[in-house]
Amino acid sequence: MVTDSPAVSISGLRVKRGKVQVFDGLDLDLAPGRITGLMGPSGCGKSTLIRCIVGIQKVQGGSVSVLGLPAGTPSLRRRVSYSSQQASVYTDLSVSENIRYFARLYGLPASETDRVISAVGLDDQRKQRADDLSGGQLTRTSLAIALLGSPELLALDEPTVGLDPLLRAELWGIFRGLADSGITLIVSSHVMDEANRCDDLLLMRQGQIVAHTTPADLLTESGKSDPDEAFLELIRRHGDAPRHSLDTPNDVPETAPRHAQEDVR
Amino acid sequence: MRLFATAGRVLSQLRHDPRTVAMMALLPMLLVGLFSWIMPARLFDQVGPMLIALFPFTVMFIVTSIATLRERTSGTLERLLTTPLRKAELLFGYEIAFGLVAVLQATLVVSFAVYVCGLKIDGSLWVVGGTAVLNALMGTALGLLASAFARTEFQAVQFMPVFVFPQMALGGVFMPRSGMPDVLSAISDWLPLSYSIEAVQRASANVTGWDLGRPLLILVGVTLLALLLGSLTLPRRTP
Repeated sequence: MVTDSPAVSISGLRVKRGKVQVFDGLDLDLAPGRITGLMGPSGCGKSTLIRCIVGIQKVQGGSVSVLGLPAGTPSLRRRVSYSSQQASVYTDLSVSENIRYFARLYGLPASETDRVISAVGLDDQRKQRADDLSGGQLTRTSLAIALLGSPELLALDEPTVGLDPLLRAELWGIFRGLADSGITLIVSSHVMDEANRCDDLLLMRQGQIVAHTTPADLLTESGKSDPDEAFLELIRRHGDAPRHSLDTPNDVPETAPRHAQEDVR
Repeated sequence: MRLFATAGRVLSQLRHDPRTVAMMALLPMLLVGLFSWIMPARLFDQVGPMLIALFPFTVMFIVTSIATLRERTSGTLERLLTTPLRKAELLFGYEIAFGLVAVLQATLVVSFAVYVCGLKIDGSLWVVGGTAVLNALMGTALGLLASAFARTEFQAVQFMPVFVFPQMALGGVFMPRSGMPDVLSAISDWLPLSYSIEAVQRASANVTGWDLGRPLLILVGVTLLALLLGSLTLPRRTP
């Protein structure tokens, strides 16, 4: 395992969103330079955990330290980048105008805009307005913004939702390249087959960590052959019988409707 | 640099929306033209300056409140607050962008009112135009603040009648504030639009010195206060 100090260190984290106690004393360390996959049904707290790490979630107690500093410290804004589940772009601007604006906020040159547009494969759409993009293209525009500059930690909330398998593979290729260069990635997904692409896995359910493991260990420990089955098995052992549906009824809609459409190229 | 990046971005958004630009630039002229047509010249000379003050304020208020509400609901605001952008840079970025639009708007409406509709203005056209721009900046600042109290664009649109119409009634558009019942006149002392109207009336009547400076200073003060309060409605951490 990694011997460096953790990229993210959380202790005793308590978060309440509305009337729901999402976390009640969460403890967690994430290793640097690795891809940690946050897996679990929607409503389990993945997005909230990511928001805590980025420092935009109001917390009731506990501590979250990121790259050795308290989450949300101003100097972390250049070192941590974030892409929310909802594609956070200006729909009335073109792809390149969107990315150029954020690049200027980080004080980056125009070449950086071109680099990230190519990285997410949107060269042909750069002049297109965001509201004319398909759901997958919109997600990639949002992701491109998160790739700007040289962040040390990327927190990506469901970056591959609504993408076709080919694009998904390409993006995971990018993530792998970033991790190989020493960048820490935290990527949430509720598609268990993406678990195999991560270095570490954090299986979550109802604000609790069911397991913090690796893809190989997940299968060995559970004695199952695919991650989906393995996850269900771990939940069973965790003491709480799985619900009929993995989705909790009171959770927020997983994505905006436009994400539902597959990305057609 | 980030300040101008934000102003540039807001202007790009406007450029992609020609209908809004047309509304901002042409609607004030259209209405001034309409008033000059239906009113006898003497009455138009009284009402004209108030129109010049009210349209920039109203248009900027509504455009900004919706633009910034979108920023809040689309997740772009949350994203901006994870970047090195400072809140003041965001707020003043909006002010610069809409301020430039206001300069264009004021130039058009003042020139049109005076040279086409024959509005008689005793004061300097530059001072009248400048007062219109200050009004627009105040409309932008109050629109930014108001957007915090709306959850949907539908609600934001409703602020216009709620916020603007009573101020018009009490601000001296329909009858002078001095002739109002004491209670109403006291209330109108606390409404920003009263000073917009006062400022533009005095500028048009060639009043100078402190009598013009006071209402103008109040406009600037309200603008800065609204921006300060507006920055408090942009928390980096949200529940």
